[in-house]
Amino acid sequence: MAEREPMMAEKVVPPIMEPGYTFATVTDKISSIVLTHKTPRGWYIGFGISFALFMMFLYAVSVLFVRGIGVWGVNIPVGWGFAIVNFVWWIGIGHAGTLISAILLLLKQDWRTSINRFAEAMTLFAVACAGVYPLLHLGRPWLAYWLFPYPNTMSVWPQFRSPLIWDVFAVSTYAIVSLMFWFVGLIPDLATLRDRATGRVQKVIYGLLAMGWRGSAKHWSRYETMYLLLAGLATPLVVSVHTVVSFDFAISILPGWHTTIFPPYFVAGAIYSGFAMVMTLAIPIRKFYHLEGFITMRHLQNMSKVMLAMGLVVAYGYGMEIFMGLLYSGNPHEHFQTVNRITGPYGIFYAALILCNILTPQLMWMRRTRNSVWALFVISIIVNIGMWLERFVIVVSSLSRDFLPSSWGMYAGTRYDWMTFVGSIGLFLTLLFLFLRFLPTISIFEVRAMLPAAAIKEKH
Amino acid sequence: MKQIAPPLYGLLAEFDTPNELVRAARATYAAGYRRIDAFTPFPIEELSEAIGFAQNKLALIVLIGGILGGLFGFGLQYWASAITYPINVGGRPTNSWPAFIPITFEMTVLFAALAAVLGMLALNGLPQPYHPAFNVPRFALASNDRFFLMIAKADPLFTHQGTHEFLKSLNPREVSDIDE
Repeated sequence: MAEREPMMAEKVVPPIMEPGYTFATVTDKISSIVLTHKTPRGWYIGFGISFALFMMFLYAVSVLFVRGIGVWGVNIPVGWGFAIVNFVWWIGIGHAGTLISAILLLLKQDWRTSINRFAEAMTLFAVACAGVYPLLHLGRPWLAYWLFPYPNTMSVWPQFRSPLIWDVFAVSTYAIVSLMFWFVGLIPDLATLRDRATGRVQKVIYGLLAMGWRGSAKHWSRYETMYLLLAGLATPLVVSVHTVVSFDFAISILPGWHTTIFPPYFVAGAIYSGFAMVMTLAIPIRKFYHLEGFITMRHLQNMSKVMLAMGLVVAYGYGMEIFMGLLYSGNPHEHFQTVNRITGPYGIFYAALILCNILTPQLMWMRRTRNSVWALFVISIIVNIGMWLERFVIVVSSLSRDFLPSSWGMYAGTRYDWMTFVGSIGLFLTLLFLFLRFLPTISIFEVRAMLPAAAIKEKH
Repeated sequence: MKQIAPPLYGLLAEFDTPNELVRAARATYAAGYRRIDAFTPFPIEELSEAIGFAQNKLALIVLIGGILGGLFGFGLQYWASAITYPINVGGRPTNSWPAFIPITFEMTVLFAALAAVLGMLALNGLPQPYHPAFNVPRFALASNDRFFLMIAKADPLFTHQGTHEFLKSLNPREVSDIDE
């Protein structure tokens, strides 16, 4: 029996929060990261690197604006290239933030509390990165406002039957709703920062943003109703956004795109890559700011389980695509496209994406992997890469080999494609570092409400 | 020159735990006070009913927002595609309503979400840069780890002496005057 004990110990579920915190220590611990006057040196290093990458992004975009879209690798037949690959990748990453903040709230998953704030921030910044790409891709980005319906001197309207216009509405609605969700979630914590700030500038800025929040019971009551309703609205919204993104492909008639499995398979892929990104960010943040007491192994384990489940849904999607293409549809073009995707000129990318998205994550079946921070960190990065490859294979392999062999062509990103892509990661990280420095990374009031002392014991 | 004391707004009692506050709020309501409010660092479900705050109108506002958004979204597309700029493409219907559903849905969600956030702020009277409670220095702890109960002077039962003693009887940590 003695040798079985360690195994039993391993089975104990780690807590959502380390014991021993009080209302005051929770407030102190989280708000001190923001209110300290000494910015840690590591922050400067991280911000510096991110900002340098962001500058590279601006350089690449400036070249694009001056010389035109020809600096990218896109041409006929592959007209979509990196811009759309990156757009879908980023917007997919954003979806985990909404999932964590809205869907897990509705499902009463308490463990979401310490990760929802920065997951929502991640959503916002990922949507910002995503939103840039279709605009750059327009060719004449200064006319981007033509996408919106407004009374104009040309007296024409956007084509409302086009999925590309649906995309405009879906992504802008998503950006606005995510921003509001994030901001109203911040209001009570901004009030905490206002009340604890010592500098005049901090007091004024946090004071303005907190809008005079004072924690009134009447305010909380309406606030809670609003938060629940917003979560209820964000849940179908997040599903609809990636569905509409998949319509950009599925509504066309191109083999490999024209399929009804795209909407659910895109949504699952989005959640998959988003959770991978939350994990990639959460692991260094909890280490650097010593937040292991709030973001515990329980969170990492739960996220790895969600990733495992979503990875299997994505695997089902891949399997079903092959089944439809080879065995079921009987369409020679679909058949060719399926074989071409696996064994054609981009076959190596397909093999890599299967390795990254399907095979590697299976390691998470083992409890040992789920208990190892390093293993989870590495796997989450591999999944991020895999999901990028997936979008690359979808976009490029179908476009490069359409119905007529005479119109086939190959595609590769140019140096400006790569600079824009890596640069947009710089934009994302720059915003994230600013967020970590100036706003509370973890929702202070929600963590307070989770403490045992917050429970009301009825006396009658 | 004689210093004029600022007028009184109400009295504020400070408690250490949410339990004490909820109990005190119930007692205050039972004693007949109605112009009362409580301030806490996190939402406490029992508290709003303890101070006699009936459920709010927010859900209705959100529903109306959503309906208006849906009508606007569909109306915009119908008007643009079928009325003001109809194009006949091979005899296909100009009111191709199934293709209008995604945008109608997005507009429904957008308007409902805007109604939820703006409705919450409007009903709560925010942004409100000034409130008399902020004049009490210890009130800063309402966003940290203390729990406050307030009785406004506007309450018909309010007397400075009597209400002060009543609040004292609820075993608070401290009772302070709120200046206007």
